[in-house]
Amino acid sequence: MADVTPSTSKKKSGKAKPAPKGKAKAPEAKTNGNSTDATGLRTKTDRPLTSSRQDLALDQSTKISSSDVCVFYGDKQALFDVNVDILSNHVTALIGPSGCGKSTYLRCLNRMNDVIDIARVTGNIIVDGIDIYDPDVDVVELRARVGMVFQKPNPFPKSIYENIAYGPRIHGLASSKSDMDEIVENSLKRAGLWKEVHDRLHEPGTGLSGGQQQRLCIARAIAISPSVILMDEPCSALDPIATAIVEELIEELRQNYTIVIVTHSMQQAARVSQRTAYFHLGYLVEYGETDQIFQAPKDERTQNYITGRIG
Amino acid sequence: MVGYLFLAIAIISLAGFYAGRSKAQTSVGKLSELHSLPNFHGGFIAAWIGIPSIIVVLLWLLFQGTVIDNLLLSSLPADKVEGMDQAQLSLVLSEVRSVAAGNIFGDPEPHIIAAAERYNSWYSISRWSMVAVALAMCLIALLFTRSKISGRFRARHRVERIMDGIMVVCSVIAILTTFGIVVSLLVEALRFFDLVSPLEFFFGLNWEPQIAIRADQVTGGGAFGAIPVFIGTLQIAFLAMSVATPLGLFSAIYLTEYSGPRFRKAIKPVLEILAGIPTVVYGFFAVLVVAPSMREFGATIGLDIAPNSALAAGAVMGIMLIPFVSSLSDDAISSVPDAMRHGSYGLGATKGETIIKVLLPAALPGIMGGILLATSRAIGETMIVVMAAGIIATLTMNPLEPVTTVTVQIVTLLIGDTEFDNPKTLAAFALGLVLFVVTLMLNILAQRVVRKYRERYE
Ligand SMILES: Nc1ncnc2c1ncn2[C@@H]1O[C@H](COP(=O)(O)OP(=O)(O)OP(=O)(O)O)[C@@H](O)[C@H]1O
Ligand SMILES: [Mg+2]
Repeated sequence: MADVTPSTSKKKSGKAKPAPKGKAKAPEAKTNGNSTDATGLRTKTDRPLTSSRQDLALDQSTKISSSDVCVFYGDKQALFDVNVDILSNHVTALIGPSGCGKSTYLRCLNRMNDVIDIARVTGNIIVDGIDIYDPDVDVVELRARVGMVFQKPNPFPKSIYENIAYGPRIHGLASSKSDMDEIVENSLKRAGLWKEVHDRLHEPGTGLSGGQQQRLCIARAIAISPSVILMDEPCSALDPIATAIVEELIEELRQNYTIVIVTHSMQQAARVSQRTAYFHLGYLVEYGETDQIFQAPKDERTQNYITGRIG
Repeated sequence: MVGYLFLAIAIISLAGFYAGRSKAQTSVGKLSELHSLPNFHGGFIAAWIGIPSIIVVLLWLLFQGTVIDNLLLSSLPADKVEGMDQAQLSLVLSEVRSVAAGNIFGDPEPHIIAAAERYNSWYSISRWSMVAVALAMCLIALLFTRSKISGRFRARHRVERIMDGIMVVCSVIAILTTFGIVVSLLVEALRFFDLVSPLEFFFGLNWEPQIAIRADQVTGGGAFGAIPVFIGTLQIAFLAMSVATPLGLFSAIYLTEYSGPRFRKAIKPVLEILAGIPTVVYGFFAVLVVAPSMREFGATIGLDIAPNSALAAGAVMGIMLIPFVSSLSDDAISSVPDAMRHGSYGLGATKGETIIKVLLPAALPGIMGGILLATSRAIGETMIVVMAAGIIATLTMNPLEPVTTVTVQIVTLLIGDTEFDNPKTLAAFALGLVLFVVTLMLNILAQRVVRKYRERYE
């Protein structure tokens, strides 16, 4: 934990963005009400709005901030005091050797660890100023805003069309059949799957190839327009062309959404992300600008990993 | 005798197994030079020793009786059997047999005594030659197959082929048995339809199958219109399923998706105890508890409920069927991979939405299987209905009145009667045929439904 490089972007998360959905108290108040001191510490540190990658003219408000996040699976601790601030309209890449806790951390961000019986999460995670582990928070609503693409493609045993329509239908996003058709078509197009499946939308989604299923799951996740999209190795089964399409999609989504992506490909992390976090054995070792992580890593373990000596 | 022979064959087979194994092991320097593992060589020899000799013994036992009987008949002095017909001959035969067995009644004629002695000696000759043949076959098989064993001998493929053969034989036996049952059912049912027109049976509204004990009695013919019986069966099955399906399905959903693991562990066996209660006990329960309390309750709201009613029988049968529906649904729902649940939760679905839109469709084949299994149990159930719904075939749709079902009628038709020559007893076969056809169609329908709605997951 001593190695953890603190988040470089520390600013008042609450002031940059209005508290959403009228549900939250002012984030500042929220933080104060919270007994965890670390949160208070971080949000009070002001920092000017600068970034080394100035191609991004968007503001750098914190979308998600996590402090002292620990995760236990039964008695086994899988994550140790992770502190990361994820910025709005940024792509944040999580890298690290297999089993280091990337998926575990990602699942904390939309409380998908809740559905794993033995998992227990401690610490604070604030999304849009709301502590998402607060008992008042509606998990269902949270997951509609923080969407997820799972590591293993898991299409429902339904038709391709129904797979995409599932989310919009439960959230009432389409008012008519033609609306729904449009959402389905759009989502499939953006995930780069439309051409392959447009003439067999009513065949089962489980009949697709592994890579097609992966894109189907991406399309399914973006169909409900979440404001944060968590992607767990979305390109692991894709060829270079489909990967390029997904990376383009990520770049495009960044205009409006915040993206966290787990990847085992250094090149991909370097290509698509603005920030990178390196995890090692459950610890967040280093977090910062992607350029800095890849060109001048501060920690030896990061250095070893990105040059191919670990993992 | 035969038991000892089978024991001997088994011992020789076992010996052959070890002989083959050790020969295979010693025939090569290293075990890896063998084409097949030593056990396959042993199995090959054991199969060739055991299977043919056992088949021969079984065939021998099957035919020796007929052969000896025929020999015996032709050896009887011609003047004694002159002009006898089949029935008389078989009477003579059985007399010879009982004398041979030592049961002598009165004074048997000398030619019968002589025949009985021949009979006994032929039997022992036959038996000993059977033993000799079987053992000889075992030994020949042992020598012959053992000589074939060598390092490159493909014992694995041979054993595989023998296993294939055994499996084919087993499935043929199962199929032939089913076929035989269907044919006998069909033949007897056709005899019934010779006596009673199918039109009356399938469309008649009056079921009074009693037959006069003497031909001149007034109750005479009897009526064989089976509609009331069919209606009663459907009514009770429907009542039972409308109790069992929601209770079973909802408890399965609760157990898999909502309850904690400890509660689930405690409650599942309890639910399965329901399946272990004998149906007679359910019958008691229906007659002694459910029916009277229904009657009382009916009286307070001004309804006249018969002491035997379809409702009591159906409701209790429904309770009995809960575990069929719940345990199969439970298995089906819990075998849907967690990835499906996570995918649905990840899209912001609630538990209820996930269950209705993802889990139930994915588990549908299993759930349908459970429901159909329970339905065929409901149609075939006898005991509860005999006790709680009665045996009188009333044509009614009112669940508060007594009705009867196909199985109950089959039982009442056959009780005390073993002569299958009048329409009363033959009617049982016609009912059985209908039951069989209905269950078969139910199964086919189930498979169609399941195939149509099957949703596959990886
Ligand atoms: N459901 C679970 N139950 C128990 N332990 C788990 C569970 N999920 C993850 N773990 C453990 O937590 C640790 C981190 O797992 P995680 O899946 O987050 O790794 P990861 O970084 O995503 O690895 P990969 O790159 O292989 O996907 C591992 O040691 C793993 O064994
Ligand atoms: Mg992972």
